[in-house]
Amino acid sequence: MIQHLPILQVIIPLLAAPICFILREAKLVRWFVLLANIMAFVVSIMLLQQVNVHGTLVYTLGGWEAPIGIEYRIDELNAYLLILVTSISTVTLMAAGSSLNKEMKESKQTYFYIAYMLCLTGLLGILATGDAFNVFVFLEISSLASYTMIAMGNDRRSLWASYQYLIMGTIGATFILIGIGLMYMMTGTLNMHDLAERLVEVEQTKTVFTAFAFFLVGVCLKLALFPLHLWLPNAYAYAPSIATVFLAATATKVAIYILLRFIFSVYGFEFSFSHLPLTEILVSLGLVGIIAASIVAIYQTNVKRLFAYSSVSQIGYMILGLGIGNKTGLTATLLHLFNHALMKSAIFLALAGVVYRIGNVNIKNFAGLGRQMPWTMAAIVIGGLSLIGVPLTVGFVSKWYLVLALLENGWWPIAVLVLVGSLLAIAYIWRIVEVAYFKAPLQNNQSHKEAPPAILIPAWIFVIANFYFGIDTSFTAGLSERTAELLFGVVK
Amino acid sequence: MNFLEQYNYWIVILLMMSGFYIVIAHGNLVKKLMGLTIFQTSVFILYISISKVIGGTAPILDDQYEVYTNPLPHVLILTAIVVGVATTALGLALAVRIKEAYGTVEEDVIQEKDLQQEGSTE
Repeated sequence: MIQHLPILQVIIPLLAAPICFILREAKLVRWFVLLANIMAFVVSIMLLQQVNVHGTLVYTLGGWEAPIGIEYRIDELNAYLLILVTSISTVTLMAAGSSLNKEMKESKQTYFYIAYMLCLTGLLGILATGDAFNVFVFLEISSLASYTMIAMGNDRRSLWASYQYLIMGTIGATFILIGIGLMYMMTGTLNMHDLAERLVEVEQTKTVFTAFAFFLVGVCLKLALFPLHLWLPNAYAYAPSIATVFLAATATKVAIYILLRFIFSVYGFEFSFSHLPLTEILVSLGLVGIIAASIVAIYQTNVKRLFAYSSVSQIGYMILGLGIGNKTGLTATLLHLFNHALMKSAIFLALAGVVYRIGNVNIKNFAGLGRQMPWTMAAIVIGGLSLIGVPLTVGFVSKWYLVLALLENGWWPIAVLVLVGSLLAIAYIWRIVEVAYFKAPLQNNQSHKEAPPAILIPAWIFVIANFYFGIDTSFTAGLSERTAELLFGVVK
Repeated sequence: MNFLEQYNYWIVILLMMSGFYIVIAHGNLVKKLMGLTIFQTSVFILYISISKVIGGTAPILDDQYEVYTNPLPHVLILTAIVVGVATTALGLALAVRIKEAYGTVEEDVIQEKDLQQEGSTE
């Protein structure tokens, strides 16, 4: 049993999806999906324990050894992210029942849960696999499922958002496919471990550079790096609330994982940062993303879209940390992966509560909500404080490491710009605080009650996690540092 | 001549760029999807080109032959074709739903209607 954990991680949600078809009844499906998620979560915890004890786990599918068969390779980096994805998806599902009942007909809910499970399968598959082509296949599984989830939103604009995401996402995935094809052409292998060994021999060829370029652009489309982010705001704004929570917290993080894995474990630090101007590209795009997306966020009237733009700017921070190219910077990126997922899931779950009571998230309707829905609004404000990077919240920890990394290289002007990004975050959070706490409720919005506990409790689990991991950083920071060392260690 | 020897790659690039151009330049949602399909197809040809070994036969074990074409990229591309079909199907399904909801499949009209809707809810 124990040695099959890596495949169980992916197989459990994959098998759960068709079983949902058999169960049919949305009420049954809801509990079943939650159960499958809890199992996946338990498996991910056991995986991390195994990795801590035995080091990197290698699992050969069907007993076929690596160059012929596909292998799953779990080290600290993916064990860490597997826990992140499964825990967030489990807690999100606790709120799914009541939120979906409000936003979607019961007959459609079963299909939503199926898409949710397939999306989870894809994300976990990307994290677990050690095969480059497998990454593409799982990426498409998760993407197709997320297009479906987004299109199930109430507003007709969700269809258009989903279509745009489909076009851009497919272009991104096809770029990744081209990149993998060119790598295969030069090395004759798809196994990441073998690729890393054989790419060294051919790393000065134009084909390998082209492969890297295609791959980089494709992944950056998927993770919504600044000029390639255009699909994200509408997709997050009009998707069903639960889909927004799940995608905002996990999908882009997994795309960043692909980037890290290929930059460090496959191509190697030497190739990525010394032979190519990766630092210049990533740092400048990350910075422009932080500033531009934050400014756009300030002017949004749809609060979900406001936080979607904020996501784009937070991705800028992660890319910036990666671009710095030192160990502290990478630690900051890994920390921010985890921390940003906590903040955004708290905020978007609280927004799901607002949608539950009010029906939309137009900032106008937030007037007076501070008094009518104190717990919901408090969750949004605390999530916001964490986005800004106030001490005691997780946002502070990752920004602290990011600034440290910048100062390590002596790049203080960039550190100043990072702090300017925080100031801009204060501006967009303040807009919500002002409307919610300092304005009288609108005429037709006099009597809103607190969001139901089914949504509020999961949201507060994330809020408490925001504080807990902001104060006790031993788990996240310790693991991030070890992972960063591991990734840099591969170079030696 | 070197230029013609690698004509298969030129076909790949031609198809890729024309598909990509259609996706960007056309406003009709169905045409966009067709462009996307052409774009994906070019990558299939790229993979198949990679696998070709000059003088090699079909990869079936036989005493007469020693050089075989690499079968792995063919198998990979079967998977990619399935993914491509699923994407096109989902895209077309979305186009149908968009036609029902907006009454059009032209990008500019949809964006105009979205702007009007946003203006009216403010």
